[in-house]
Amino acid sequence: MGPALILVMAFFVAPVILTLGMSFTDMATTTGLANWHWSGTENYERMVRGSFTLLILGNTLFYVAVALTFNILMGLGVALLSVHVEPRTGSFFRAIWLLPRISPSVVYVLMWTWAAAAPPYGVINQLVAPFGVEGRYWINSDPWLMVLLVNGFVGASFGMLVFTSAIRSIPEELFRAAWVDGANAWQIVRRITLPLLRWPILFVLTYQTMSLFSSYEYILLLTNGGPGLYRTEVWSLWAFHTALNSYFGNLEFGYGAALAAVLVVMGLLVSFILLRLFRFNDLVSEPRIEIT
Amino acid sequence: MTVTTTPTSPAAPQITPELASPSAGALSRGLFSALPYAVLFLFTVPILLLYGWLAFSSFFTRMEGLRPAGPFTLENWRFLWAPETVEQLNNKPPIIPLTINTLVFSLATAAVVLLISSMAGYALSRLYFPGRRMFLGSVLLLHSFPSVTLLIATFMVLRQLGLYDQLLGVILVKAAFELPLGIWIMKGFFDTIPWELEMAALVDGAGRITTWWRIVMPLVRPGLLALGLLAFVSGWNEFLLPFVFMPSGSQATLSILMQALLGEGRFVDYGLVTAVGLYYVLPVLLLFLFAQDQLMKIYGGGVKG
Repeated sequence: MGPALILVMAFFVAPVILTLGMSFTDMATTTGLANWHWSGTENYERMVRGSFTLLILGNTLFYVAVALTFNILMGLGVALLSVHVEPRTGSFFRAIWLLPRISPSVVYVLMWTWAAAAPPYGVINQLVAPFGVEGRYWINSDPWLMVLLVNGFVGASFGMLVFTSAIRSIPEELFRAAWVDGANAWQIVRRITLPLLRWPILFVLTYQTMSLFSSYEYILLLTNGGPGLYRTEVWSLWAFHTALNSYFGNLEFGYGAALAAVLVVMGLLVSFILLRLFRFNDLVSEPRIEIT
Repeated sequence: MTVTTTPTSPAAPQITPELASPSAGALSRGLFSALPYAVLFLFTVPILLLYGWLAFSSFFTRMEGLRPAGPFTLENWRFLWAPETVEQLNNKPPIIPLTINTLVFSLATAAVVLLISSMAGYALSRLYFPGRRMFLGSVLLLHSFPSVTLLIATFMVLRQLGLYDQLLGVILVKAAFELPLGIWIMKGFFDTIPWELEMAALVDGAGRITTWWRIVMPLVRPGLLALGLLAFVSGWNEFLLPFVFMPSGSQATLSILMQALLGEGRFVDYGLVTAVGLYYVLPVLLLFLFAQDQLMKIYGGGVKG
């Protein structure tokens, strides 16, 4: 217990408090780590006034909404299909879908970057050429499409895994009964599988909402928020750029912390909803042995 | 297809404990057709193309999309035996030390995660102590909590501890980030061990620690293996933490090298960069190939569908 507590304290609890605290200061490279001052709610006011705030907020919501839809639908699709085909084939396809998740993000983005390359190089261009689509460098011409594809093919596998094990835990009798009663494949999926997947779907939905709100690694590597000014910048990437990786050289820790604090609050809210939805009490039921 | 083709005989239903897809079997016999295969394949094509391209590209001098535009070659891999001849790598740390750094980083992360989460998971599964509920709740919260939002403050903590720009610091942060998941997974595995076994050991006079180490730990070996693999792979792949917390790069990992190549050499030397990329991803792919079942198990123990 002890070591777990220390690490959790040092790298979770302390940072949360620090983030909140720093968000009320003007700490930056220009002030140094010693000469900072409390600045009240200045950072938050600046956020509200900021000319890019709305754009980035919109980007974030768009990104989360579309990526989430893709992840859930694709995850569900692959899970259903892979369970309904021959088992070995099914697990082969699920393994393929896990590849993006287990590959290093840098290598995965590298593959996409070059798949999207301008003619004559990109694979995407070769594939769409027969349909009369003009060759281009996709990351510059359609940055959002690429960001969403890159994230989607990683994100879908999470839902796929959860849904697969959920579908498998449905008692076979249900399927057999429906089958005997003359239900067809679509009816079985629609009337039996999907209703029974309600909790897993809700779980994946909540969980991925949170991770999408805060994830920026793939966007950082793929477009770094560009092309141009903040074209694909999302909130978490904005906080990162402001505080740790600024174009302008001045790292504004205080302002960045304020941006992160907004995400933290959002994360906490979603977490509480998650805890409520998943009947937290069942998960922490008292232990069976109580000898100390 | 009508009711008369009902496939399973009533005598056959076998329900395997690991839910090894009995329903899938029955269904597939009934619903068999080529359509699901075709759709599944179509969905999966992009991933197949990406990885196929990576493998191909590292063995040809030039690729135009999926078409090799040059002869087959091993030249791209010469960074392994003659790194000094690769111009792009000249101003970068050599690849072998980088590999060792990455290995140390991921092994250490896995070790810390395993040790701490099996202790904490056991305590949470078996012992009653004040604050247990709260701790479990906060761990679950942290698990679902996106730790990357905390990087700015973590940066400050590391500076205070004097661990900034050091591999040790990054290992601790990485392990801490993996910990909530680890604790929950291990608690899940411990929960499935019947407590009569421990009871017997305890009654026979074994101490708590002895019981934990000698009786319970061997029983959760599959869980440890799965969690260890997961932590290892996650450490091997990690990019953001070394990138942010070790800016001087003296103890850089392979991901940092890849990122540098990705940034500067977008259209310079395809072959070389894909070869380095394949070299970097290969251990993970091999692990996955051999330990897929273990890795999948984590979801059985950790996430309740």
